Amino acid sequence: MSTAKAQLEILPRSIQILLSVGAIALAAFPLIPMESSGFYIQLLSQMMILAIFAMSLDLLQGVTGLVSLGHAAYFGLAGYALAFLTPADVPVSLWWSLPVAALGTGLAALVIGFFVVRTHGIYFIMVTMAFAQMVFYIFFDNADLGGSDGLYVYFRPDATLFGWQPFDLENKTTFFYFTLALLVLIYAFLRRLLFSPFGRALTGIRVNEHRMRAVGYGSFGYKLTAFTLAGALAGVAGYLWAAQTGYVNPELMGFHLSAHAIMMVILGGMGNFAGAIVGAFAFEWVMHFFKDLTKHWQLLMGSFIVLVVLFAPRGLLGLIERFTAATKEKAEETP
Amino acid sequence: MDFANFLIQLLNSVQYGLLLFMLAAGLTLIFGIMGVVNLAHGTFYMLGAYLAWFFTSHFDNLLIAIVLGALLAVAFGWALEWLLIRHFYKRDHLDQVLLTFGLIYIFQEARSILWGDDVHSVAVPAMFNGAIQLTENLSYPVYRLVVSAVCAGLALGLYLLISKTRLGMKIRAGAFNREMTESLGINIRFIHAIVFAMGVGLAAVAGMVAAPISSVYPGMGSSVLIMCFVVVVIGGIGSVRGALVAALMVGLVDTFCKVLLPEIAGMAVYMLMAAVLLFKPEGLFKS
Repeated sequence: MSTAKAQLEILPRSIQILLSVGAIALAAFPLIPMESSGFYIQLLSQMMILAIFAMSLDLLQGVTGLVSLGHAAYFGLAGYALAFLTPADVPVSLWWSLPVAALGTGLAALVIGFFVVRTHGIYFIMVTMAFAQMVFYIFFDNADLGGSDGLYVYFRPDATLFGWQPFDLENKTTFFYFTLALLVLIYAFLRRLLFSPFGRALTGIRVNEHRMRAVGYGSFGYKLTAFTLAGALAGVAGYLWAAQTGYVNPELMGFHLSAHAIMMVILGGMGNFAGAIVGAFAFEWVMHFFKDLTKHWQLLMGSFIVLVVLFAPRGLLGLIERFTAATKEKAEETP
Repeated sequence: MDFANFLIQLLNSVQYGLLLFMLAAGLTLIFGIMGVVNLAHGTFYMLGAYLAWFFTSHFDNLLIAIVLGALLAVAFGWALEWLLIRHFYKRDHLDQVLLTFGLIYIFQEARSILWGDDVHSVAVPAMFNGAIQLTENLSYPVYRLVVSAVCAGLALGLYLLISKTRLGMKIRAGAFNREMTESLGINIRFIHAIVFAMGVGLAAVAGMVAAPISSVYPGMGSSVLIMCFVVVVIGGIGSVRGALVAALMVGLVDTFCKVLLPEIAGMAVYMLMAAVLLFKPEGLFKS
């Protein structure tokens, strides 16, 4: 089996159908009349935001082979950016604050990336974590930046453009659709990127960096660009998170969220962005399910994670693919 | 800062550094020899501290608690290696990260079920309960010196074990070239189990001796884990000597920054790590 196939880079028909059905179901969800639909709309918005975050990490982890244990730093930084950009009495304009937050986190990722991208393997994992901890403590120890209590975001960003307001993000349903639109857009962009010359170079670096260098690709530049782009996209997710919850604290940059993102990507399946989405939804759903079930949900969650690594090393998409491939083989055997 | 004050901070940083070394040595050996990234290492420290609290509340004697706790921790480490870790030697580092993160969840919740989520304190043993008078109003607690001595003793023991004994030779050989060592007829599986159990034991003992100083609380594992990673990375992964030097460096920087530059104290250690990696991307003593 070729590496591309093993990584499910080219999505089989079954998974494409699954994604399309999922997207349509999401789009239709707010239309279903039900009791506590507001709660579920918020929950699904959160899952979509985490899916964007997981996709941004997958660009590093699954495509380029760089496992960052500090990716939450960029998520949190963009959240803080929104908190600082929003005045206490009026909302901030969406149209400049979102780009500023994403570019700002991208810039932070560029600076940090300059240091971390030179390291390899397990060193990379730990160095990214160390830099994220640094960012964490800058905010945690500094009362001017909110300290350990964090900051409030008093208003959601305002979408008014030259006096015309196309949509209102204070409305939960509108915010849901805005997030869904960004999720689809970023997914499409990343899929396009994956099969562009740039994306092919990143994949090449994952498979064999020495050979890529020998062929003449400056791997440092490619990896740094990927790191910066992933940081900026994580920033988009962090911005949305802060806008939705109206609150940021240093935990958003913490070690746990970074590890969660890694788990989401592995759980879904790496290197194709679809897995990151599936993983984010599955992880969050399982966690909420366990939390509803028992006070000791961490025990179940931990066991779930251990079982997934033991028995589904290629993630949920890998399982689906294996299942559909097996049925197809059976169908071919018995014509 | 006058001399007595300086001396106190110096002793504190050495004590903290040696404690970190106990944890980092296990972590670095487990990675260097078995190739396993163990995020759950901090929870063994927490386990040790809780065992110390649990046993002292029954036997009222920290020494008995430490002996019992160490035996229990080593047995626990052995069982864990046999049950789960050994299936992951040849797996990707990512899978190991995921596995051990899952284990953190499980151990945390198990602790919460067994011993609750309260903060506990462990009394300093009566015989070490004094303080050494440095100046008129500055004194240094004897127990902290005992902790330093215990950790230094264990560090020396570890050094002798690895560099002078037959078992140590096999451990080094296994780290250097696994296939070759195996084909010489050395049971590498057994060596791995010993190293893992030893690592768990060291982390737990660190937690037990630290319990009277730091108190016993649920989140104590995760902060210490991150510090250990910093130590291991600065020292060079797999190098026990590097871990010792790095742990002492981290102890010094952390302790003195807290006193002299409290604004950047939280970050100082990470800045040290970044600075070291800028010049030595593989750590100070990459073996």
